[in-house]
Amino acid sequence: MNDDSRPAAVRAQNVVKSFGSGDTQVTVLKGIDLDVYLGELLLLVGESGGGKTTLLSAIAGILDIDDGQIEVLGVPLSGLPSSKRTSFRGQTMGFIYQQFNLLPALTAAENVAVPLFIQKMRRPEALRRARAMLERVGLADRTEFVPKNLSGGQQQRVAIARALINEPRLLICDEPTAALDGPNGQKIMQLLREVGRSPDRCVIVVTHDSRIFHFGDRMANLTDGRIVNIEHIPQEGTA
Amino acid sequence: MNYVALKMLFGDRAKYLMLLCGLSFAVMLIVQQGSIFWGLMMWSQASITNVNVPIWVTDPGIAQVDEVKPIADTAVDRVRSIDGVEWAVPLYKGLLRARLPNGEYHQVTLTGLESATLIGRPAEVLEGRFEDIRQPDAVVLDQWAVERMGGPTVVTVGTIFELNDKLARIVAIAKTQKSFTNIPVVYTTYERAIHYVPRERRTLSYVLAKAKDEIPVEDVIRRIQSQTGLGAFTAEGFGMKTIVWVLKNTGIGINFGTTILLGFIVGMAIAGQTFYLFTVENLRQFGALKAMGTSTLTLARMIILQAFTVGLTGYGVGVGLATLFGFLAAHGGNLPFAETWQLLLLVLVALLAICIVSASVSIIKLVRLEPGIVFR
Ligand SMILES: Nc1ncnc2c1ncn2[C@@H]1O[C@H](COP(=O)(O)OP(=O)(O)O)[C@@H](O)[C@H]1O
Ligand SMILES: [Mg+2]
Repeated sequence: MNDDSRPAAVRAQNVVKSFGSGDTQVTVLKGIDLDVYLGELLLLVGESGGGKTTLLSAIAGILDIDDGQIEVLGVPLSGLPSSKRTSFRGQTMGFIYQQFNLLPALTAAENVAVPLFIQKMRRPEALRRARAMLERVGLADRTEFVPKNLSGGQQQRVAIARALINEPRLLICDEPTAALDGPNGQKIMQLLREVGRSPDRCVIVVTHDSRIFHFGDRMANLTDGRIVNIEHIPQEGTA
Repeated sequence: MNYVALKMLFGDRAKYLMLLCGLSFAVMLIVQQGSIFWGLMMWSQASITNVNVPIWVTDPGIAQVDEVKPIADTAVDRVRSIDGVEWAVPLYKGLLRARLPNGEYHQVTLTGLESATLIGRPAEVLEGRFEDIRQPDAVVLDQWAVERMGGPTVVTVGTIFELNDKLARIVAIAKTQKSFTNIPVVYTTYERAIHYVPRERRTLSYVLAKAKDEIPVEDVIRRIQSQTGLGAFTAEGFGMKTIVWVLKNTGIGINFGTTILLGFIVGMAIAGQTFYLFTVENLRQFGALKAMGTSTLTLARMIILQAFTVGLTGYGVGVGLATLFGFLAAHGGNLPFAETWQLLLLVLVALLAICIVSASVSIIKLVRLEPGIVFR
């Protein structure tokens, strides 16, 4: 499957994960092999309940796997103790969720600055950078709004700004458009493609929304616990 | 991240106020109950505090101040002769029947003070002059006596009534701490007290004394005990003995103790529960922070900061409310209410302990928290 010479940001090999035990045990991931490269936006599709979120959690080092190996930016996750894995995640990954998961008490700028607070950056500097990032996602005039005074699309933009503030090499998005209407979903994907994707970063987007498939570079199909198909998506307009 | 923690706490105004209300209510409940309890205990030793002398010499088998066991009249001189005693005076205390001009009968506590010094007299006088107690037939009432006997229209300065069929004339009204039994107190001189009561073999109730300044009270008390064979206590010691007796021999200990304990447990349970619920409701937010790379230690510090902030604020508000209650309801000493620093300290320590416990429970939950919660 390694048909690409670009450096792999994520390399998953024979990843197996089961939940439960005995009669009720379900094997959700039955040996996943997947490489994701820097500079690409990979779409991960598949039926609901097929294990897409489980795979993302494993890649994020949030979930321990039963067998196989996952390397992120060349670092095998299984080799890191849990506290190291947490800080590694903070430094290298950004997350975007279906439920935006903003802190309701914080303003947009403060929400975006949280990853910087976690890195112990001083507040004025962190907020300055957060406002600049909000400007890049088109929310320059909403920096002091709390989430409940923003629309769904605007909240997801804040979440994107927050995910990108640390300049993460790996951007993980789980159904980022599922809670949004069609036009807003398109705008968010446009933003992820323009702002999120860069030569030294890779973006993984889980979705089952066919209206946004054309924003991806490649599409991996997870069915019955395995990656059954990976295809390149022809790009219209761009070279 | 402290900033984020505090914003999380204060950000949801409604939730914060709920949390604060729960904690304040709990603190108020405990402080209020505790103060009432201690107020009652103060009442039970009112006969000691009202007299306000350092040393009490009593019958060796005395149980509590209101259960007088007379001692030999010679005790005053014997105490005076002990090395280290600066002064010693007699005190009479006994129950007597008073007959008011309107024909009503009341049981009163007759208190006889040594006429030369009037040691043991109340410090504050509301009406008249206390010194007039030395005039013939003169007595002084405390304000509770006036209240119990029907108010100032029935008894006031100048009123003449009968004590054990002998004349008594009120020359002053003094202010005292209300007592537990609330039996009206009538003051007179020691000599006249003896004259009012039926003849008995022994008339001396207590000897009141003071140690010389340079000598420790405890030493003098030990000397009195060993050289006279009588009981001798500091005022505090006698007060404690009385309180313990009341707790053991009346229902107050069990009843009130249970109430306070329940109040304490309920209050603390409310406090812990409210805070725990607060963190559980915020679990998703903490999960998001964890997914973004916040260390468990930092999350723990955030929760502890939140717990202590709301805990101390709740403490302040709760104590404030309890104090206000005490001020309004117990104003003028009509209700027992004694808010002591010991109680406040105890509640503070208990509250902080509860905050730590509930924060710990929340932290354990957070440690176990799968950051994957945020994907759902
Ligand atoms: N923590 C868990 N415990 C037990 N079962 C789980 C857990 N997480 C996911 N599953 C199960 O794994 C399967 C795949 O779930 P998920 O990865 O969320 O699918 P998808 O994201 O593709 O919809 C589902 O059947 C789900 O019930
Ligand atoms: Mg999913």
